[in-house]
Amino acid sequence: MRKFSTVPFKGTPEQEAELRTWLQEHKNMRGVEMPALQKAQEIYGYLPIEVQRIVAAELDVPLEDLYGISTFYAQFSLCPKGDYRISVCLGTACYVKGSGKIFEALQEKLGIGAGECTADGKFSLDACRCIGACGLAPVMTVNDEVYGRLTGNELDEILAKY
Amino acid sequence: MDMITVKINGIETQVEKGTTILDAAHAIGVEIPTLCYLKDINAIGACRICMVECTGARGLVPACVYPLEKDGTEVKTNTKKVQDARRTNLELVLSTHNQDCLACVRSGDCELQKLCRDYGVTKSDAFGSNRPEYEIDDSAPHMIRDNNKCILCRRCVAACAKTQGIGVIGANERGFDTHISCAFEAKLDDSPCVSCGQCIVVCPTGALSEKDDTNKVWEALADPSKHVVVQTAPSVRATLGECFGMPIGTNVEGKMVAALRRLGFAKVFDTDWAADLTIMEEATEFLHRVKEGGKLPLITSCSPGWVKYCETYHPEFIDNLSSCKSPQQMFGAMTKTYYAQKMGIDPKDIVCVAIMPCTAKKFEVGRPDQSAAGDGIPDVDIALTTRELGRMIDRAGLRFADLPDEKFDNIMGEASGAGHIFGATGGVMEAALRTAVETLTGERLEKLDFSDVRGTAGLKEATYEVAGLKVRVAVTSGLANAGALLDAINRGEKEYDFIEVMACPGGCVNGGGQPTQPASVRNYTDLRALRAKALYDEDAGMELRRSHDNTEIKAAYAEFLGEPGSEKAHHILHTTYAKREKKF
Repeated sequence: MRKFSTVPFKGTPEQEAELRTWLQEHKNMRGVEMPALQKAQEIYGYLPIEVQRIVAAELDVPLEDLYGISTFYAQFSLCPKGDYRISVCLGTACYVKGSGKIFEALQEKLGIGAGECTADGKFSLDACRCIGACGLAPVMTVNDEVYGRLTGNELDEILAKY
Repeated sequence: MDMITVKINGIETQVEKGTTILDAAHAIGVEIPTLCYLKDINAIGACRICMVECTGARGLVPACVYPLEKDGTEVKTNTKKVQDARRTNLELVLSTHNQDCLACVRSGDCELQKLCRDYGVTKSDAFGSNRPEYEIDDSAPHMIRDNNKCILCRRCVAACAKTQGIGVIGANERGFDTHISCAFEAKLDDSPCVSCGQCIVVCPTGALSEKDDTNKVWEALADPSKHVVVQTAPSVRATLGECFGMPIGTNVEGKMVAALRRLGFAKVFDTDWAADLTIMEEATEFLHRVKEGGKLPLITSCSPGWVKYCETYHPEFIDNLSSCKSPQQMFGAMTKTYYAQKMGIDPKDIVCVAIMPCTAKKFEVGRPDQSAAGDGIPDVDIALTTRELGRMIDRAGLRFADLPDEKFDNIMGEASGAGHIFGATGGVMEAALRTAVETLTGERLEKLDFSDVRGTAGLKEATYEVAGLKVRVAVTSGLANAGALLDAINRGEKEYDFIEVMACPGGCVNGGGQPTQPASVRNYTDLRALRAKALYDEDAGMELRRSHDNTEIKAAYAEFLGEPGSEKAHHILHTTYAKREKKF
C-alpha cells in the first residue's frame, strides 16, 4: 500500500490562481485529465490531495479519476521533492559498482523509500539512470552537486553538509 | 442497415455490421462466458475469458468487444484452443485470488467459481502464489470490500461511475499492484459513497458484499426478553423467489410471510402499509406546499441512497426534499410508538427488523433524527437485504417453494395496490397522484393508472390538470439520470412541481440489496421490467388501490396520529436533512 507524505502542503495563492486559470481555459478539452495533472505537477512539483481536489473541482470529475491516473503513470509524484534532492544512479556501471547498496543505505538513513521525502521536507530520494559519469561510479547527486566513487562510508558526512 | 453474413460454430447467421461476436452468438443461442463485460457500461475486454477464434484475426479475440465487420467471417467459440486459453486465463485470475470459497458469501453463486468448474480448472495454484494481501474495508455501515477476492473486472467501477454518476471507486496503482479503492486510499465510509449497493449486485465474486446483519437478527429472535417484529419492503416479494431458483418476476408475498413467521418473528408486517402512510403525509405535504407557496418542486425522500446523494452532491435541493421519513423509518417509528402503546409493550423491548431491497437502508437506520420513541431508541433496529433473508430461510431449513401462502398480521399489515407499486420506479408518484388528485377534486378517479410515469425509462415526464391546477411531474431513477435532471433544473431548462427520484435504475426492484444475477442473465434480461411487472400485476388485481382507502391507515390516524400532517404526525413521521462534506 502506498505511503502518503506527511510533509505539510505549502501551496501559495499564486500557484492556485495559476492552476485554476489553466484549468478554466482547458476544461472542455477532450482527455484533459492528463495534461491537467501535468500542469499541476509543473506548478507544485507534486500532486498532493490538496492539488488534486482543485483539479477535480474545476474539471467537475471525481477525485478518484485523478488519483487513478496519478498512481498509474510513473511521471506523477504524490510526494513533494525535498529542499535537497538526492538522486542515486542505478545505471549499469554504477549498479555493478554497488550503487544499489548505496541506495538502500540512504533509504535506511533517511527513513524514506524511493520517491519519498523526509517529514521535515529536507531530503527527497530518487533513483536515476546513467548521468554520464560512469568513470566516477558509483555516483549520486544532491541537487546539482555530484558525489562519486562512493563506498558507503561517506554518506553521513555528505548528508551532514546539508 | 448494413447486414453481413457470418458463421458461428458452423451456423450461418445474418447480423448488422459492427455487431460484437458476443451479441451475434447470443442471438443464435450460443453463450460465450464473460467476467468483466456488462452491457452498456463495461465493454473493456479486460478479463480475456470470452476469447474466441475468428478468421482474419491473428490470435484469439475477445468476443465482448470484437466487432464483426466482414462478410463470411467464421467464428469458433468452443474449440480446444479456446477452452485451453480460457482455462489458462482463469488460472491467472486465481493466482491473485485468495480462493477462500468455503467462507465466502457468494459460494454457490460466484461467477468465477462457476467458470472454474465449467472449464475444469484443477490446479488452483498453477502460477504459484504470490498474492498481494489487502486489508478488508468494512468501514461503511452497509458493505464490505475484500480485495483479496477481487478479479479487477471493474464492473463495480462502471456501476458507480456510469450507472450512478458518482465514481468514488476506481482502479489505482498499476500492474501487479492494481487494486480497486477510493481516492487516496480513503476508507469507503470517508468517501462520498451513497451506499446504493449497485456495485455489489454487479460483482461477479465475493469481493463486494452487504454487511451481514443476520446474526443480530438470530440473536434477537433467541432473546425471550425481546419482541421482534419484521416489515417487508414492497419490492422484496417480487425478488425473494430468485434466491430459491424461481423465475425472475415471481411474486412470493404469501410464502415470504409464511417463512418470516416460521423464523420466529412475533409479528409479520408490511412496509407497504407504511408506504400508504407515506403517501398520506407526502400528498398532504405536496398540496400544502402548492397552496402555501412552499418550496417546489417537492422531491420524494423514500430512497436513502438518493437522499444521501442529494445531501452530498446537490445540497441546493435539500429544501426540496420531502420531510417525510422513508416508509422503512415511518414503519419503525409507528412500531415503537403506536404499536408499542396499543400492545402495551415498552418500545425498548421491541426489535424492529426491516427486509429491504437496499443496502442504503443499513445506513438509513443510523441516520440522526430517526427516533420517534425518544431515549435514543432507533425507529428501525436492523435492516436486512433480500439476499440476507434468503440466507436466513436457507439456514432455517425452510423449503421455500413448499411453504403455504399466508397473510400479514394486523394492525400494520394491510396495504393498497398503491403501496405495492412503491417498489418500482414511478410507483411512488402514481400512488401520490391517486391520493392527491382525489383529495383535490373530491371525486373518485375512474381510471387509477397513471401510465405516463410507468416503465423503466431513466426520465419520465407528465403534466396533469387537476381541479384547475397544473401539476408537472417527473420520475427518474439511477443517480446519473437524477444528476442530469437536477443539472437541467439548475440551468433553468426544466421546471416541475413534483419529482420522484430513486437511487437505483428501475427503482427498488433493482436495488443494491436484491438477489444477484450473473452477467449472463443481467446482460440480456430486463430485470427491472420483469420484477416491476409482479408489483403492477398485484396492484391491478386489487380492490384496494388507494392509500387513503386503507382501513388500517385510517385507524392509525383516527386512534393515534390525528390528521395527515398534524403536529404529532410531524413529530413521528418526518425528519430533517443536512449538507454533507465531500472529503475525497
